[in-house]
Amino acid sequence: MKRLDRESRHRVALTLNGREANGWAEPRMLLSDFLRHELGATGTHVGCEHGVCGACTVRLDGAPVRACLTLAVQADGRRVDTVEGLASNGELNDLQKAFRRHHALQCGFCTAGILMSLDAWLESNPAPDEGEVRALLSGHLCRCTGYTGIVAAALDAAEARRREDGP
Amino acid sequence: MKPALFDYLRPDDEEEVLEALAEAGDDARLLAGGQTLMPMLNMRLVEPAVLIDISRLPGRAEIEDNGNFIEVGETVTQASLESWPTLAERTPLLAQALPLLGHVQTRSRGTVCGSIAFADPSAELPLCLATLGGEVVLRSRSGTRTLPAAEFQTGMLSTACREDEMVAAVRFPTAEPGAGYAFTEFARRHGDFAVVAIAAIARANGIRIGVGGVAEQPVVRDWPLLAGSALDDALNALAWSLDAADDVHASARYRRELVRRLGKQTVAAALEARL
Ligand SMILES: Cc1cc2nc3c(=O)[nH]c(=O)nc-3n(C[C@@H](O)[C@H](O)[C@H](O)COP(=O)(O)OP(=O)(O)OC[C@H]3O[C@@H](n4cnc5c(N)ncnc54)[C@H](O)[C@@H]3O)c2cc1C
Ligand code: FES
Ligand code: FES
Repeated sequence: MKRLDRESRHRVALTLNGREANGWAEPRMLLSDFLRHELGATGTHVGCEHGVCGACTVRLDGAPVRACLTLAVQADGRRVDTVEGLASNGELNDLQKAFRRHHALQCGFCTAGILMSLDAWLESNPAPDEGEVRALLSGHLCRCTGYTGIVAAALDAAEARRREDGP
Repeated sequence: MKPALFDYLRPDDEEEVLEALAEAGDDARLLAGGQTLMPMLNMRLVEPAVLIDISRLPGRAEIEDNGNFIEVGETVTQASLESWPTLAERTPLLAQALPLLGHVQTRSRGTVCGSIAFADPSAELPLCLATLGGEVVLRSRSGTRTLPAAEFQTGMLSTACREDEMVAAVRFPTAEPGAGYAFTEFARRHGDFAVVAIAAIARANGIRIGVGGVAEQPVVRDWPLLAGSALDDALNALAWSLDAADDVHASARYRRELVRRLGKQTVAAALEARL
């Protein structure tokens, strides 16, 4: 049985966006704080810290989860993907480009979480309709856009991926 | 806010969990999916001295079809039950209720057993379990016992689970031939806790209805095959019997109206779903 003492800081090593990363965490440290303060990965935002706003959503072993409801020590040895991993060689990925095209963000506070949710969800739901996208977005709060642009960007990116996949 | 200090234990098997529970007593909390406990820790509504992480306990993530019921182990997430290939056929009520339980991003970690153990009066799964007449398997160092849903949940957020016990599995009865199942709820936004939730089973000779979100725990009634004004009267009497209260989400009167209207819709949908 693993026992981590409350007062000490413990080594947490994980794979962040494909690269090995490590830092120190007390058992009570949230994954969201570990990413931001220990690893300097500040793309993941923190809004409510009780699971409601979705700003902190990251992928843990592929699944979309709330980083604010996950302990850093629970991510030890696992794969974590954040918004920093979406672009490659300085170029935004297709989903990010669709967000830009459709004005799916204004202040950008909610955007990282929404991108990570969609990134995971579109893999298993390649042909969503608007209602399904809106149901997914119920796990996120955006105070700026009114969601219309976000829905359009998600549908657009999904369709482009399907076309690329061939008939 | 951030949680207060706690020791973190990650047992390697169920025996170690039960040992740790027996040792720490009411200073300890089990951490399953964390989708309820972590917000409570972050807001310091609870400050346990010890957290026992069971979220990845080996070998307990199984969904077993035992013919008359499906048995869901303690680490099965709501998402994995939702995507269990034969769910819609074996337990149509769960197939309808699960998409309403929180969000994709919370179902990915929230567990089925955790939701049953927490016993929120508005929660979908305890309502399904009560309406289907399922069972809860409890385990401690002194042994295993199985309780019917109605004996397990004893009130609002309270259950018969002792401090040294854990919910080891939940058993949901499978679909009866010829019966129809329906689940509906009203919430402000998709994924929010229900203001009122209704589960209904229509059989050849009667209707069973379960109501969540109004009384302190799910309320289940069995009726003959009522229709028309007899059904309206029964739903009205049911709505008044629940002692609805006013709160920030809805007034008591509004809740009663939801019981009447959603009740009627859900019973109709269950009758329709009969084969
Ligand atoms: C944004 C948001 C929306 C939500 N919406 C809904 C909703 O609409 N409907 C709904 O029902 N829920 C909702 N929830 C809560 C739901 O997601 C939780 O998953 C569920 O209530 C608890 O399951 P868990 O595995 O996360 O348990 P945890 O949070 O880990 O634990 C909850 C409690 O149960 C105890 N516990 C856990 N497992 C066991 C066990 N095996 N034996 C004994 N005790 C145990 C813990 O010690 C703790 O006290 C929502 C949560 C969030 C964050
Ligand atoms: S900060 Fe995690 S959901 Fe709001
Ligand atoms: S873009 Fe500002 S909150 Fe969504």
